[in-house]
Amino acid sequence: MFLPVTMELLAGFGESIKVFVLTLLFSIPLGLVICFGSMSKWKPLKWLERGPFAFLGRWMPLRWLSRTFVWIIRGTPLMLQLIIIFYGPGLMFGLPSMPRMTATIVAFAINYACYFSEIYRGGIESIPQGQYEAGQVLGMTKQQIFFKVVLLQVVKRIMAPMSNEIITLVKDTSLARIIGIYEIIWAGEQFIKKGLIWPLFYTGAFFLIFSGGLTLLFGYLEKKLSYFRG
Amino acid sequence: MAVLQVNQIKKGFGDNQVLKGVSFSLEQGQVLAIIGSSGGGKSTLLRCLNFLETPDEGEIWVSGKQLLSASEEEIRQNRLHFGLVFQNFNLFPQYTVLENITLAPTLLKQGSAAEIRQKARTLLAQVGLAEKADAYPYQLSGGQQQRVAIARALALNPQILCFDEPTSALDPELTGEVLRVIRGLKNDGNTMIVVTHEMEFARSVADVVMYMADGIIEEMGPPEQIFGDPRSEKTRAFIRGAQEKF
Repeated sequence: MFLPVTMELLAGFGESIKVFVLTLLFSIPLGLVICFGSMSKWKPLKWLERGPFAFLGRWMPLRWLSRTFVWIIRGTPLMLQLIIIFYGPGLMFGLPSMPRMTATIVAFAINYACYFSEIYRGGIESIPQGQYEAGQVLGMTKQQIFFKVVLLQVVKRIMAPMSNEIITLVKDTSLARIIGIYEIIWAGEQFIKKGLIWPLFYTGAFFLIFSGGLTLLFGYLEKKLSYFRG
Repeated sequence: MAVLQVNQIKKGFGDNQVLKGVSFSLEQGQVLAIIGSSGGGKSTLLRCLNFLETPDEGEIWVSGKQLLSASEEEIRQNRLHFGLVFQNFNLFPQYTVLENITLAPTLLKQGSAAEIRQKARTLLAQVGLAEKADAYPYQLSGGQQQRVAIARALALNPQILCFDEPTSALDPELTGEVLRVIRGLKNDGNTMIVVTHEMEFARSVADVVMYMADGIIEEMGPPEQIFGDPRSEKTRAFIRGAQEKF
């Protein structure tokens, strides 16, 4: 019985890993975009600053949009977001629904990008102003300061919260079953019908081994970045 | 012709007018020391010269050319006339000492990699840290970090090198090594502006001393005048306070 159970669970775990990898692939850069949005100081109505509509003059639409979006995504369950993204387009606008895996990746990537954006923002804002000013007086452009001076320091500072979030993602992939992704827990649950409980414990072993590997990887990366302090 | 001419610089933050119209000029090779109490506008003036702050009004001329700062690119170019050494060094922690010095010249394409490295090594030797080229900033003392910061600023050949309280963050026994480097730069003919609380240093190194209070230049003149025979009562009180120990 062990071998067929293993094969079945591996099939489910393959789907889980697909969700995991694709989510990271899209959410890590998307998070940076949202992060820049939520730090944006762009004031298109600045010319109203002196006058009765001063509050409009101070309005930073990109920041407002990004932070509202993050509030909504972080404030509602991922499961709800999965259901709405999969069924919503069809039921609300009569559009053909996306393939299940596509809908899953869209929901997961958006959800995790919002969490990542806040981690990035915390990291970027923790870099002392003096680092930017040193770059400025050395004639660097904004882009050069970000990529050559600030970025690696941010990466070092956000390693711990990022690894937290990424390990949470491993386990969150099981939520995808709600829109019909045959992930590993669903695969393990199949065997309950046959009166077997141990395959479910077995799924736990898959998670433990995978997150254990990630823990080692993050430990290695943190060590790689320990050559400097700051 | 003056290398630096500053006309009626004004800068406020909200209701707080920090610079209320500051004008002065500086000749090539001169060292200007700016002294005064905290909040008098010394650092803000230095930050305006380095375009870290945009003055609300006023003009800055370098070598007979007015520095306009309409675009980001213009501001970036303007900054290259000046160098700035910070109170807190602000070295880049992830780069070695040598990389800290070569980074900006490399990004600005000021020569081949070998030339830039060669020049950086020469500057490091000049500040007495040749053997620390491959160290990381956290492995250095504050005084050593500040000397690296000076070498880093010099690597871009600024016309005017500015220091914002370069020894204020240092342990007392480490200030000497930094001040000696600055004195050496004067002997090499560098034009410098030093905001400092080190009165002895200002007296012995500066060609001109400026006493700033409440956003204006209260008095400016040769060190013998400012320290020996100040014209203004305010200056006199400040100098007396600074020299009174215990």
